[in-house]
Amino acid sequence: MSTRTRLAVDIGGTFTDLVLSVGDATTSSKLLTTPDAPARAVIEGARAILAEAGVAASSLDLVIHGTTLATNALIERKGARTALITTRGFRDSIEIAYEHRFQQYDLYMDRPAPLVSREWRLEVTERLAADGTVLLPLDESDIAGLVEILRQERIEAVAISFLHAYINPAHEEQARALLAAAMPDLSITISSEVCREIREYERTSTTVANAYVLPLMDRYIAAMRAGLTEMGATCPLLLMMSSGGVCTVETARRFPVRLVESGPAGGVILARRIAAMGGYDRALSFDMGGTTAKITLIDDFTPQQSRHFEVARAYRFAKGSGIPVRIPVIDMVEIGAGGGSIARVDELRRIVVGPDSAGSEPGPAGYGRGGEAATVTDADVILGRVDSRRFAGGKIRLEPRRSHNAIAASVATPLGIGVEEAARGISEIVDENMASAARVHAVENGKDTAERTLIAFGGAAPLHAVRLARKLGITRVVIPRDAGVGSALGFLHAPIAYEVVRTFLVRLDRLEADTIDKLFDGMREEAAAVVRLGAPSGDLVETRTAYMRYRGQGHEIAVPLPASGLDPAALRAAFDQTYGRLFGRIIPKLEVEAVTWTLSLSQPSEQAAQQAAPPAADPPEPGDHWRIVDSGSGETVDALVFERSRLAPGMQLSGPLAIVEAGTTTIIPSDFTARIAADGEIVIEGDAA
Amino acid sequence: MSGQGLSEIELQIMWNRLLSVVEEQAQTLVRTAFSTSAREAGDISAGVFDLKGRMVAQAVTGTPGHVNTMARSVGHFLDVFPIETMKDGDVFVTNDPWKGTGHLYDLVIVTPTFKDGRIVALFASTTHLVDMGGVGQTPEGRQIYHEGLFIPLLRLANAGDMNEDLLAMIRANVREPVQVIGDVYALIACNEIGSRRLVSMMREFKLADIEDLSEAIIDRSRRSMAEIIAKLPKGAWTASMRIDGYEAPIDLVATVRIGDEMIHVDFTGTSGMSSFAINCPMCYTEAYTTFGVNCLIAPHVPNNAGTLDAVRVTAPEGTIVNATHPAAVYARSVMGHMLPDVVYGCLDQAMPNRVPAEGTSNLWTLNLIAGHGLTGIGSKAGSAFMVNSFHSGGAGARPAQDGLSATPFPSGVRNVPVEATEAITPLVIWRKELRQDSGGPGRQRGGLGQVMEIASREAAPFGIFARFERVKHPARGRHGGGNGQAGRLSLASGKELPAKGLSVVPPGDRLIVEMPGGGGMGAPAERDPEAVARDVRLGYLSAEAAKRDYGPAGD
Repeated sequence: MSTRTRLAVDIGGTFTDLVLSVGDATTSSKLLTTPDAPARAVIEGARAILAEAGVAASSLDLVIHGTTLATNALIERKGARTALITTRGFRDSIEIAYEHRFQQYDLYMDRPAPLVSREWRLEVTERLAADGTVLLPLDESDIAGLVEILRQERIEAVAISFLHAYINPAHEEQARALLAAAMPDLSITISSEVCREIREYERTSTTVANAYVLPLMDRYIAAMRAGLTEMGATCPLLLMMSSGGVCTVETARRFPVRLVESGPAGGVILARRIAAMGGYDRALSFDMGGTTAKITLIDDFTPQQSRHFEVARAYRFAKGSGIPVRIPVIDMVEIGAGGGSIARVDELRRIVVGPDSAGSEPGPAGYGRGGEAATVTDADVILGRVDSRRFAGGKIRLEPRRSHNAIAASVATPLGIGVEEAARGISEIVDENMASAARVHAVENGKDTAERTLIAFGGAAPLHAVRLARKLGITRVVIPRDAGVGSALGFLHAPIAYEVVRTFLVRLDRLEADTIDKLFDGMREEAAAVVRLGAPSGDLVETRTAYMRYRGQGHEIAVPLPASGLDPAALRAAFDQTYGRLFGRIIPKLEVEAVTWTLSLSQPSEQAAQQAAPPAADPPEPGDHWRIVDSGSGETVDALVFERSRLAPGMQLSGPLAIVEAGTTTIIPSDFTARIAADGEIVIEGDAA
Repeated sequence: MSGQGLSEIELQIMWNRLLSVVEEQAQTLVRTAFSTSAREAGDISAGVFDLKGRMVAQAVTGTPGHVNTMARSVGHFLDVFPIETMKDGDVFVTNDPWKGTGHLYDLVIVTPTFKDGRIVALFASTTHLVDMGGVGQTPEGRQIYHEGLFIPLLRLANAGDMNEDLLAMIRANVREPVQVIGDVYALIACNEIGSRRLVSMMREFKLADIEDLSEAIIDRSRRSMAEIIAKLPKGAWTASMRIDGYEAPIDLVATVRIGDEMIHVDFTGTSGMSSFAINCPMCYTEAYTTFGVNCLIAPHVPNNAGTLDAVRVTAPEGTIVNATHPAAVYARSVMGHMLPDVVYGCLDQAMPNRVPAEGTSNLWTLNLIAGHGLTGIGSKAGSAFMVNSFHSGGAGARPAQDGLSATPFPSGVRNVPVEATEAITPLVIWRKELRQDSGGPGRQRGGLGQVMEIASREAAPFGIFARFERVKHPARGRHGGGNGQAGRLSLASGKELPAKGLSVVPPGDRLIVEMPGGGGMGAPAERDPEAVARDVRLGYLSAEAAKRDYGPAGD
């Protein structure tokens, strides 16, 4: 695979990153995103990077693309004019949501408005029971009656979500057929295809989100495909999904909701590859940028997966404040902690950092663009961790004076302490916040953060990674090469994959073994039909999971299933093992039931062979000395400064030191050492705290 | 004061870390607990205490009922089991409603933490159990003796050895022994996680004890609360609210006194106890009252001994908000949930345009059942089942925002999906939608209630254990805003059902639950005509009600 010529493109909110890989060589470029016509930046960027590398578009073997367009359409409410058709009596499910206040102490909290306003939420007579039997047949005249409304309101997309359609899709399919016959141009999403899973609010929400972004994504992907063809690239185009896998254009155009958050997923795929190359079987991916930090557990070179995701959280990072979508995702905990996170002092005179961010405009006080807020970046400047002349590759010239004044005004003076001490407090608190989120995330999954390898990328991560590691009981940190375009780099290594879900609620003591085999046969067929579009031949890896619980519980746990021999005893054993790992005990005599089943087919992950250690090499002369405040001890140390570009595999260095590159600085305190591994990664090691 | 040994930044980092420790403790419990209210509503509590028994940090969890009940409870344990008698591996337990968290279903577990052979802290946790025996989850108990097994302050483990006699006693008295004992172990485990994390934090920061840290946190919190309160208007304000009650209406009367550094809420004038289980022990009254006050004056302040002591709550013994033994207290939340509304009635006079109008407040939890003795005799009772499905009416309008529809306040529960309920019972929920015209009219409209219509697929009866409020006395508006619509429980065939106690729905009939709306804020005539028109267009408001309630603006 690595001998092929591939192009990866990641459209983010601000930048579009491109990485061209020819054989073992990669080149990358960064362009401003063009929100009005995003495909244009891609095509222009692709032409430029190909020209620079002297590669003809026609010789491309593959283009892999990830985009935030679907996410942005949901956040900015810029999707299609969408209607929702529900079982009579249930049009408000999407508005009533969880009947929940996600901010317990906030009297003035509001829930985000549903994507479909109530006047476009339409009802039809039909009803299935929980076992799929028909209580009321679909009234076809109701559908006919809706057509007029949909036409009048110029509806572009329709979501159909009926109660219990996860067990019996017949009514949804019948309604779709009737609508499609009457309105051939309408794009229709049915819940039993996009999210065949119990729990009506989340299934409906997922269905609506898919319908809402579908016309836009359909046009975009078509434009992208046409643009590539026009420039001579006739190779396949694959789209990055939130699961960390890629899919074909056909699949992406039907289920665009699966493309949300694909950029960050690419970063985790890169971390997975670094873990595999280094042989780090227990890793933690840590991506810290300007506004957020994202943390993912990677065990045995497999990023943790989930089916819970929320888009467009109305209250930054508050669980429950967004639009729930049930799709396969890489399980990431996202924290409002980045370079731009704003520091202040609360009514208990505690330093609070984030989740609000100064963003890039006006940005931290030190940017000198009119921002007044003291941010994490300002603290990093005061602590001597960044070269103010070379920040962001010299594109932004930092003004330390402004950072100093902002921290003095918003933190140091209110607390009656010095500016340097305040800066250390800001840095420590943001690191504590990230550490706390990581630990709680691990606990929720029955895991621990200690003794993992932290793989850190994104502009702000190398500045904070070692300190974060220490708070998590981690003694090894790896900073990959080209971490600034980490997501796009990750795309190059993403497998073609697809996951299918079914709800089939059954008690294990009433289960016949061949029922499950038949269920999985059907799911395998559906998944294969999708994956074989992009991978017509070759082996596929099958992963099966059952979401199971003790009877009486309201939530299920994800239980990985063995490849064969799925009789009830084997299912029970798999459940016991997972439950025991998560909760430290099992409850022997309680009945177990399975609720939801998933099957995913994937190309085998690229075998990134573990790399041998490169021969030792002498380090170059340091470029400079910086005075850096060690945020752990508060002491000022004299750190050697090295240019990353001058460091070669095999070189060993001892802290305190700073390694600088265009996008960021890696800070290594005095009790840590750094070495450069075979692929140019910086591997930082120290003792446990 | 002590605590001067810590630098400002050290104090801040360690405080932050302690909050993270109790958050991990709480998450461990949420993930492992069995009862629906623990998982869906976060009806749990977790915290760390110093050796004086003062709460230093508490996790932010779903319901306010444990805000400081658990904090007080640790003090009761120390009275019986002094610090110097505690050994590594000891665990203590109670479900005493008056010394724990308000009813027998909540179990409090306290575990001492040892480091290098010395006791350094205590961890406490609480969760709502699946069962505690007795008459079950109904407000129909008349005395605490009806309500199940009462566990006084006891030793559950002695230097690591479990008290098997006590566990056997619990097993024999509850309907779901495996799950209940599972929850006991979940509580023990979460305290262990907390202890372990605290000890490793102490090693990282080289602390021999947490007394200085605790003193600094509590002192800082107390002083900050005093500063917050000092800025509030001074005086005393009284308000009252009449609610349905069980056998007779109840007047809740509160007087809020804002002093220089403290707020005192007193419930003198409130009605006496009920014969049924809607009585509220003092600890639970304190919890919801403090929560209501803190939402308004200090929503971002973490709970600890310093912040909680700033609000003092009192009530005469024998009132329904300071119910005494042997009153039945199972459904004490019926009273507790109403307390913020009456406190806001006082605070609205002190600080106009800050508090919401009255809301549904009481949860409209559908406790649906069938089985022998409840819905019939033997097989005529239908297939036995019991489900607890949390639902809510409308919340009160806010000074600048409409009330939230179908959303709980002050409780923090989440609902149970219709599909999930139908998958485990013979029930069919034919309708679950917002209830038109139920929001109290006003410049800001009250939140809408919802309507649910429920039947059985079997030709058999089913029952409902009701404990609903705002059926006879609706949520009132403020400053000229109208009342929310009252709730109603009835059969599709027409008969109205009582809002408290067991009712049986005959075979073939349907249960109709109409949940109340929240009160409005400000005169309806002041409402933006476009908002009225939008409400009509979206069907939140009928054209007739718009005309009636909003006059010309509603046309």
